[in-house]
Amino acid sequence: MNTKTMKWQEAMLITLRFLIGWHFLYEGLYKLIHPEWSSIAFLDQSKWIFSGIADWIISNAGVLNTVDFLNTWGLILIGLGLILGLLTKPAAIAGTFLLMLYYVFNPPFIGTSPDVPLEGNYLLVNKTLIEAAALLLIAVSPVATKLGIDSLLFKNKK
Amino acid sequence: MSSNNGIGRRGMLKALAGVPVVGLLGVQALRKYNYEMENDVRRKIVKDLGLEDLLDSVKPVQASKGDLIRIGIIGTGVRGKQHLKALGFWSKDEMESTLKGSNKSNKAQLQTQMNYGNLNIAITGICDVFDPHAEEGLEYASNDIFTGGDLARQHGLKRYRTYHEMLADPNIDAVTIATPDHHHAKMAIDAVKAGKHVYAEKAVIHREDEIEPLYEAVKNSNVTFQQGHQYTQNSIFKQAKEIIDRGMLGDISHLETFTNRNGSWGAWIRHLDSNGNPKIGDPSMIDWQQWLGDAPYAPFSVKRLYSWARYFDYDTGLYGQLFSHEYDAFNQLLNIGIPDTVASSGGQYYYKEFGEIPDILHTTMEYPEKGFAFTYSGNLNSSSNRERAVYGKDAWMTVLGKLKLTPDKKSEKYADLLDDNSISPDRPMIEVTPGGNLDSPVDAIASATSAYYAERGLISTNIEGKEWDITHLHLKEWIDCIRNGGTPSSGIEKAYETGVTIAMADISYRENCITKWDPVNKKILRI
Repeated sequence: MNTKTMKWQEAMLITLRFLIGWHFLYEGLYKLIHPEWSSIAFLDQSKWIFSGIADWIISNAGVLNTVDFLNTWGLILIGLGLILGLLTKPAAIAGTFLLMLYYVFNPPFIGTSPDVPLEGNYLLVNKTLIEAAALLLIAVSPVATKLGIDSLLFKNKK
Repeated sequence: MSSNNGIGRRGMLKALAGVPVVGLLGVQALRKYNYEMENDVRRKIVKDLGLEDLLDSVKPVQASKGDLIRIGIIGTGVRGKQHLKALGFWSKDEMESTLKGSNKSNKAQLQTQMNYGNLNIAITGICDVFDPHAEEGLEYASNDIFTGGDLARQHGLKRYRTYHEMLADPNIDAVTIATPDHHHAKMAIDAVKAGKHVYAEKAVIHREDEIEPLYEAVKNSNVTFQQGHQYTQNSIFKQAKEIIDRGMLGDISHLETFTNRNGSWGAWIRHLDSNGNPKIGDPSMIDWQQWLGDAPYAPFSVKRLYSWARYFDYDTGLYGQLFSHEYDAFNQLLNIGIPDTVASSGGQYYYKEFGEIPDILHTTMEYPEKGFAFTYSGNLNSSSNRERAVYGKDAWMTVLGKLKLTPDKKSEKYADLLDDNSISPDRPMIEVTPGGNLDSPVDAIASATSAYYAERGLISTNIEGKEWDITHLHLKEWIDCIRNGGTPSSGIEKAYETGVTIAMADISYRENCITKWDPVNKKILRI
């Protein structure tokens, strides 16, 4: 692979990191500035093997509030981490994990589609899964994580 | 910069490359937020209508505090058991199956009650003349959801063979009455005379001559009386009342309500089990004479025992069972009082097998002095959920699971808002879901998706995020009034008006005449 191609790859991976970070950060911020937001609607639609856990979360106000809090701040911190390049790899892995949670709570399997109209049509693969895969790609690509504050913090390890 | 550390200017730029991205996101997020605030039609309407404080009309549920109250349950069939559950006394089996079951609303109600609904009461007595029901009542009463049965062990729990024995026992402070309707008034009067507080199921009367004696007995006593009309404990009602009190509907011309059900259970045909066999019951299990009370003699039958609501000897059918709630709902909202005249018609169109009650029933109640009429339509052969509606000159409002306020296209009050298309007569200008928040996207002027959630009941009746059983709240109100004084929302004045109206409607149907209320002599006239 020539250097030019590698540069392009690096640029696109970092762009992808920024885009996913942006998505996470705004999702988190939105939930933060709209205090009436709750994960109830999402959890209530849960149809697969985690629907029992979803019901349990909904029916316990304390648990629900904790889940909402962790979700909101998880999104914000992962988003900031991805954009700023701060603990980039752990952020990317945590983000992948969070996306996979969303995926398994409402997977687009046959018979487990949510009851509400979606903006697209999915079978096994949905945008959440694709975003999770993209984030995992970032986590395993050294060139995708080298730009950012981590280079200041961990410079000795270089 | 820190070139000494081996980073260099270029390195620093690379390290901080994400900062402008975060800055850009921050600026854009703020712009979007401001845009949403300025262009939020719902918020604008709420503000223009002066409804920002509408939700303050729903008060948080306060914990019940005070001395222990000992309660006896008279009648532990279907409704009596619901009383027990609403008070916090569940059979172990039902408690377990509810907590493990898939009905989210039931589960949430039980959990709310377990966590916040301890009324500090004990069930010290059960009275049912039918042994299986009494035994079931004892099973429920002996297990409270707070201590798992300590209350019954500590305060004693007894079955009484007659309600008179229960009323004579000083170990009972208050009673709830959930027998067939023909006993309600007599039992309530006797309980009041015995100094026991009374929660009487609807309809509190069966015949017109019971109304005055009940009213007099309660008025001349110190007991707290509550009629079992729990609907109005729904937070939606407080908001609906607020909207009416603020005159947002303009002059009101028509109140309209319905009760629809479909199926034999809804038509009170309840003497058969799911396999079509008669349910348990024979004369050895019941004090049949006591069950009949003052009703004309009829030999024992499981039909009468379970499906009593179909017989005029024991009930007023749709009027006592369902219309009673509907009338009270409007009476709570608008203080409509007793109608001037009532005309009813209907008949048995479908369930003709036994009993006399109609399955299609229409009733018109005239309130000429108040300037409106009230119509009721009941159907036992369709479960279409017609909405309870109040029609005004400027807007109309429906109050069912949700509250919807829709402007009238000819409204002068809302002419400006209609002209600039802020609101439309084609859709509600205000839509409130129980426990909702006007700032929340699922309430006023809901978007398609959030409205969908609400229609599906995914956001259900609750107060401050907690799902409450409204019968629990209604019993709680009664208990709080017993302790602290005050009049329950469905006290004897409201019960009197309900009783008279039901009797007028019932007489109109059964005697095929129009009934007229004579407020001076307090008599129902046939015209």
